[in-house]
Amino acid sequence: MADFDDIDNPYNINGPNFCPEMYVQKLLKGSSLKQVMDNEAEIVRDTQSLHSDMQTLVYENYNKFISATDTVKKMKSDFRVMEDEMEQLAANMEEITKSSQQISSTLQETRQQFTKLLGVHSLLKRLQFLFKLPAKLSARIKEEQYAQAVQDYIHAQRVLERYGNMASFQGIQKDCEIILGDLKQRLRDQFKNKEASAKDLAKAVDLLLQLSEPADQLCAEFLAHAETRLEEQLGILDSFQEQDLLEFVDMGSKGFLSDLCLVVASYNDMFINRHTSDVHASDDFETLATGQLSKFVMERMEKYFALVSSRVEKQQEVGETLILVRALDRFHRRLQAINTLFQHTDFTLTGTNIALKAGRRQCKIHLQALKGHFWEALTRVRQTLAAPKAAGQDKDGPSLPELLTSVVLATRVKVKNVLQDLLVFLQPDLMFAMKPMFREAFCVDGVREGLVVGFMHHLTATARGFCAPGHHSVPPALLLLLSKMCLDFESTTVRELLSHTDDCFDAGVTSSSAVTPPTELCANMKAAAQDLLNHYVRMQGLTVSQMLRKSVETRDWLHTIEPRNVRAVMKRVVEDVAAMDAQVGLLYEEGQRAERSSDSSRRTHSMSVSRQFRPNWSSYASSQLDQSAIATNIHKLFSERIEIFSSVGFSKVSILTGIIKIGLKTFIECVRLRTFSRFGLQQIQVDTHYLQLYLWRFVADENLVLFLLDEVLTSTVHRCLDPVLMEPSVMDIICERG
Amino acid sequence: MADDNSIIYGLEFQARALAPQLAETEAVRFFVGTQSLKFTQNQIHLVELDEEHSYVNTRVFPHSTGEIWSVSPSPVSADVISTCYNTITEDNSCVMKSALWRLPPAETEDQTDVDQEGGSGSHHSSMNPLECLCELDTMQHGKEVKVSVFHPTDGSRVMSVVDNHFLLFDVGESSPKLISKGTLEGKGQPRFMTGKWNSHHKCTQFVTASECSIRSWDLREDNKQAWCIDGAHSQLVRDFDINPNKQYYIASGGDDGSTKFWDVRNPSEPVISISDHSHWVWAVRYNHFHDQLVLTSSSDARLVLTSVASISSEPDGHLGAPEDEVDSKNGRLADGILATYDQHEDSVYSVEWSVADPWTFASLSYDGRLVINKVPKAVKYKILL
Repeated sequence: MADFDDIDNPYNINGPNFCPEMYVQKLLKGSSLKQVMDNEAEIVRDTQSLHSDMQTLVYENYNKFISATDTVKKMKSDFRVMEDEMEQLAANMEEITKSSQQISSTLQETRQQFTKLLGVHSLLKRLQFLFKLPAKLSARIKEEQYAQAVQDYIHAQRVLERYGNMASFQGIQKDCEIILGDLKQRLRDQFKNKEASAKDLAKAVDLLLQLSEPADQLCAEFLAHAETRLEEQLGILDSFQEQDLLEFVDMGSKGFLSDLCLVVASYNDMFINRHTSDVHASDDFETLATGQLSKFVMERMEKYFALVSSRVEKQQEVGETLILVRALDRFHRRLQAINTLFQHTDFTLTGTNIALKAGRRQCKIHLQALKGHFWEALTRVRQTLAAPKAAGQDKDGPSLPELLTSVVLATRVKVKNVLQDLLVFLQPDLMFAMKPMFREAFCVDGVREGLVVGFMHHLTATARGFCAPGHHSVPPALLLLLSKMCLDFESTTVRELLSHTDDCFDAGVTSSSAVTPPTELCANMKAAAQDLLNHYVRMQGLTVSQMLRKSVETRDWLHTIEPRNVRAVMKRVVEDVAAMDAQVGLLYEEGQRAERSSDSSRRTHSMSVSRQFRPNWSSYASSQLDQSAIATNIHKLFSERIEIFSSVGFSKVSILTGIIKIGLKTFIECVRLRTFSRFGLQQIQVDTHYLQLYLWRFVADENLVLFLLDEVLTSTVHRCLDPVLMEPSVMDIICERG
Repeated sequence: MADDNSIIYGLEFQARALAPQLAETEAVRFFVGTQSLKFTQNQIHLVELDEEHSYVNTRVFPHSTGEIWSVSPSPVSADVISTCYNTITEDNSCVMKSALWRLPPAETEDQTDVDQEGGSGSHHSSMNPLECLCELDTMQHGKEVKVSVFHPTDGSRVMSVVDNHFLLFDVGESSPKLISKGTLEGKGQPRFMTGKWNSHHKCTQFVTASECSIRSWDLREDNKQAWCIDGAHSQLVRDFDINPNKQYYIASGGDDGSTKFWDVRNPSEPVISISDHSHWVWAVRYNHFHDQLVLTSSSDARLVLTSVASISSEPDGHLGAPEDEVDSKNGRLADGILATYDQHEDSVYSVEWSVADPWTFASLSYDGRLVINKVPKAVKYKILL
């Protein structure tokens, strides 16, 4: 069946190349009879339907054609009427044109005459004005209406120039020029007149310029005059240095600055902006004029800034920060005005610098005040520390911890107050405070580093100063107190103050290398605390040492009687150590002990330890002394070296251990330099036993005390001519009785 | 700390007195005096270091008159020493005396050994007793004789320091003659701690330590005080030494645990102050050849070798040394601790450099332990190269 789709196929009954012969033949050949019959019926049916379709189409088209013919016929008749009407219209128009030409030709003459008459009238009017001009000008000048006079003159000038060659007008011109000369002179006089306000001046200059006076000369004159005025203002300002700062700044702003603004503004109007109209040569002049102006303004402003700076400095010696800041702000705001007028230089920059300088200076002043306050606080503490001794054992004075908290608190409060005070510099409504340049420099350099960190360094330096060898009269309690203070600062206050500062002054945000980290300050504080504490231990150790040393050195140990008592000096040592213990205990925690046992068992325990150390002390015969030396040597091998002048920990027992160590080591060394009789040895034996009974409670490791006391006794045994020890029971009795 | 092996020699008695044998310039020898209250047991040991075999030869001389507190060698005769000793009188009280002794000549080795418990590898030989040349009459001037030191060059002059006096004796003849006497006046019975000849200025000055100050006395002008460093230490001055090569410079050590270096022309402030010890400094000694090396000994049982190159007589190291060959770090000795020696277990009361070998020194602790050490090789090369 594909064959039928092909258009060129001769078998396609719908195609143009259809060949009926071939089609029939093919059909006859390829189909059965039935098929042929069917096919025939189909073709017949198709033919019939096509035929009827064709008939319908022909009928429809015929109808349309008839209606079109009718319409054409109707149009033809209408056009004929229209043509007639148009011809009539053209004839009418021609007639109208003709009559209008007639009218205009009759009126022509009268109009020309009229125009002429009008011209004559205006000329006459102008001439009249010219003749009246000199008199008018003088009148105006007399009435001091200079502006009007100038305007009149300029008005007439062109005419005069045009008709200047006529004799009658020359007279008028001359008169005018004389009058104008007078006018110019008057105007210039105004320049020199000190009373004249800037506005008047500006007016005069304006008029002169209109009269085409040379502009650069006028500039110079104008500025020269302005200078005298402004200098005067500055002079007045200078003489008011003693005034209140706010008033001073106001006066500066109202007097000097506003005048300067006026000068600049009028100058701009008169000399710079005016010339933009005539392009040629105005560029040159403008740069010249601007140059003159900027030089002038810079000089004035410099003087002004100098004045303000010096005044602000004076203020800082006495005044309140708030007023200072208000004044600075006002001053800074007014600068804004001149800045908008005079764009070549940013005066607010200088203004901000002045504010910054003032801020820094304020920081410094506060730092000084803080230092002074701290020193006063220390002096007070020293006095209170000294007072109770003078007044006997009065318990009325504040205790060490109270003094400490008062110093720390006062310092903290002072610093915070100062910060609060300085915060005024950062109030959001202040113009200069908003400048990042000011903010950064003031917050980081001024407040954080300069003031807070500087003060911390001062604290440590002052505290350390007390450890210097030059200070002999420092009360030990002060050292202790300072040490604890540094420790307090290290643990909380430094961080607190710094974070407070960072919060208030957002100085921590710019975490550049220029910012001292709190850890560094803390480390400093800790080191200072350690130094102070070590110094305290050395001092107190020395006190104990001196007592022990004197007690050993001044006695004749060879000719001493049998011991009946503990020597008083030992009791004194124990008392003093107890006092130190109490003193340290007020500020420092107890600390770790090597081993602890209940107090009740303590005494027997310590005795047993002591016996372990030196078995059968009492039964030493002199022949056994070497053996004992070997025993101690062996003991030394196994025990750690004892550092005498070593650093101590921040706890009571550690501090006391340090002091006792120093004292006992001195005892050893002193004993070794003496020679003892039997009773001398026994006295030392009693003394050491007494110390042993009372000193253990103060130290971290009682074995240390035992070891040192043991060493004292061993050394004494070695230095004894007749080393026979006392019975322990007798020793106990003597000690208990003491 | 010590990179060279140190040699330890043990005495069976406690001891404080140590001195180099000054007139001996070949062998490294030290005198040691013992301190025993059984007075007859006391001895003088002459210890000689045998470097090849790393042991010490010892000659022991009985010093039966008393316990020895100090020993001083004669500068000219190797066999003459002076001692200050404590002895007992009939009425059972102690007195301090000072005497000059001559060592018996060295004999052949076949002397019998005395049994010693001390250091291993040490040889002891018992000798003939010391010959007492003379006793110095100090009794009438005071109780406590601190030292009797020979004039640095003249073997016939001995200065004794007694209580608050210093007494110059002529011992050239058979019996010593008191030539001159100086006294420190002051309230509260001042006492000298020690004294030393100043080898500068033709030995016309004698320097003493008392309490917290150091004083120099001009022997030509009737023992007038020449200069004084008041408050040199905040507590007792235990010892000092005079820079042998650079006049005006001295070192001091005291009970405040610090060692200080002074220019005596400016007595108000030390040039350098260091606190390397954790207890009193008992002895301080300049090296005679390289005075940037300073030894200090302390009752913390330590010995510290310190460099003070910045104020030594050879401040820029050895002159003419090719600087660029050694890098700048090693080129010059910096100030500070060079070595700490922990070999002692008791207080070290004295330390001395050897006269014969500039790199060897000996230290003596109270328990009778003598330790001979050498300067670390690295330090030595830094100084020499």
